[in-house]
Amino acid sequence: MNLKTKNPALYYLQRAAFYVLVLVIAFYLLAPFFWAVLTSLRAPGDLFLAPAQFITAQTTFQNYTQVFANPNFQRGLLYSLVVAVGSVLISLLIGSFAAYALGRFRFRGKQIIMYVILAVSVFPQIAVLSGLYTLISTLGLYNNPVGLILTYLIFTIPFTVWVLTSFVRDIPGELEEAALVDGASPLQTLFQVLFPVMMPALVTTGLLAFINAWNEYLFALTFTSTNRTVPVVIANYSGATQFDQPWGQIMAASIVVTIPLIILVLVFQRNIVSGLTAGAVKG
Amino acid sequence: MTVNPTAPTRPVRTRGIEAARARQAIWLLLPTLIAIALVAGYPLYRTIYFSLFEANLTTPDQRSFIGLGNFWFTTEDGVALGFLQDPKWWGAVKNTLLFTVVSVTLETIFGMIIALVVNSAFKGRGLLRTAMLVPWAIPTVVSAQMWSYLYNDTFGLIGRGLLGGQALLANTDSAIWALIAVDVWKTTSFMALLILAGLQSLPSDMYEAADMDGASKWTQFWRLTLPLLRPALLVALVFRSLDALRVFDIMSVMLGNVNAAATSMTGYARQALIDNSLLGYGSAVSVAIFVIIMVIVVIYVTAFRVKFD
Repeated sequence: MNLKTKNPALYYLQRAAFYVLVLVIAFYLLAPFFWAVLTSLRAPGDLFLAPAQFITAQTTFQNYTQVFANPNFQRGLLYSLVVAVGSVLISLLIGSFAAYALGRFRFRGKQIIMYVILAVSVFPQIAVLSGLYTLISTLGLYNNPVGLILTYLIFTIPFTVWVLTSFVRDIPGELEEAALVDGASPLQTLFQVLFPVMMPALVTTGLLAFINAWNEYLFALTFTSTNRTVPVVIANYSGATQFDQPWGQIMAASIVVTIPLIILVLVFQRNIVSGLTAGAVKG
Repeated sequence: MTVNPTAPTRPVRTRGIEAARARQAIWLLLPTLIAIALVAGYPLYRTIYFSLFEANLTTPDQRSFIGLGNFWFTTEDGVALGFLQDPKWWGAVKNTLLFTVVSVTLETIFGMIIALVVNSAFKGRGLLRTAMLVPWAIPTVVSAQMWSYLYNDTFGLIGRGLLGGQALLANTDSAIWALIAVDVWKTTSFMALLILAGLQSLPSDMYEAADMDGASKWTQFWRLTLPLLRPALLVALVFRSLDALRVFDIMSVMLGNVNAAATSMTGYARQALIDNSLLGYGSAVSVAIFVIIMVIVVIYVTAFRVKFD
């Protein structure tokens, strides 16, 4: 603050430079997304216009009506929702059992189990692709959303266990002790005593796992042929001919699958930052 | 993350209760362990197993053992069949490593700058913090399509506007840089979030003391912030590098699966495995990728003494 009185010119110059930096950062982060939104609201013919005219061209929702009328996209949304919700619910349920055990119980081999779970979470997906492909075919789950729910557990389970364990550990021990003294079983304790306290953690973890499952591409591309999830539909979105890229519709489809995520992320902003860092940065 | 919990001091219990608790813990862990064994352990074992066979994806039961022939094998006519003899594989390795090193370095630098800016007090700080979450929330496939459009030589703001109609993605040598730019845009905010969380946990009294001693902000950054941030930064770096080494989505969407095989290790393995139905060969490549990534983890953990506990 003393710079303000000592050398006001330098002070204001510094502040100005700082705000320029802020603007540059904001522009960098938001401009590509803004341009995609704008393109989704323009008629296909307007895509040839120069940027200034493009920005002021007439707004139309035709891309959105076409995207929603596309049966592939409709089914993609449904499959994505089923697959993401299914794998997240399974992971939260069995992940919270594991997190309770790892966060609250003392037993031999705990360290090893923690390392195995961490190792699986950094697993390259490709390392299991051929094994999973033959497993999926043997089980008759190829092109079936159940197959995707099953395979997505490879990244949703380690993530939920890892993050929930750090939350469980922070719950005061007295709650659980009281339940134990009253003769409650571990499952009763978990469901009736810890779950209510863990609600914010479960929501955050579930949300982050949902985003991962919603965005997954490699497994969805490999284990399905027609029952595609939205990332694969968007990646292969084609127009009337193979060589005609309907950019307006692609952008509209992209915005449709992104907006729910952005709303969720903004609503749960604080929880997400704590959830992300719970897993990674506790030095 | 702490692996050993700072266990609350419990009253001394009998050994019987401890043993019962340990048994209960195993039951609680069982569903998770079974799931991990089914979707990770068994498939990994199968991948390693298939890597030693010549087999077709559609008929995995008709396989013949060829040892390490998928890795390295030259026929009597001098035809090289192992993937380690395929220049395209080494091109994919080179491109993936380039992609990882450059994008993770840039993400760390930009992430640090953004985190330092957001960590200081100014009007509109909350808004910028919110804006940070936008690229992170966008699915990778979507951001790849957004940038494909920006790079497009007839419509794109960058391809047509800045570069005057150059097809940036047509040539894999120039495309890799365009892809790095996409990854940096998409994940810088993730880095910034992690670094910001680290910054906010730093004790403020040290900075007050440094101010008293007349240390400049520049000196404070290099002498205080960076060393204190080291653990958080290294963990973020490890996770991001491992993520970047697995990259496939961006290549597949922006270049197509054929060119993705020349630019991403995963793309190369997937093409062999799925598009060419070479179950044994593709599995061998997957094993190699697994080994490369595990070696890098070990290097990181030992060289920087990264601790996860």
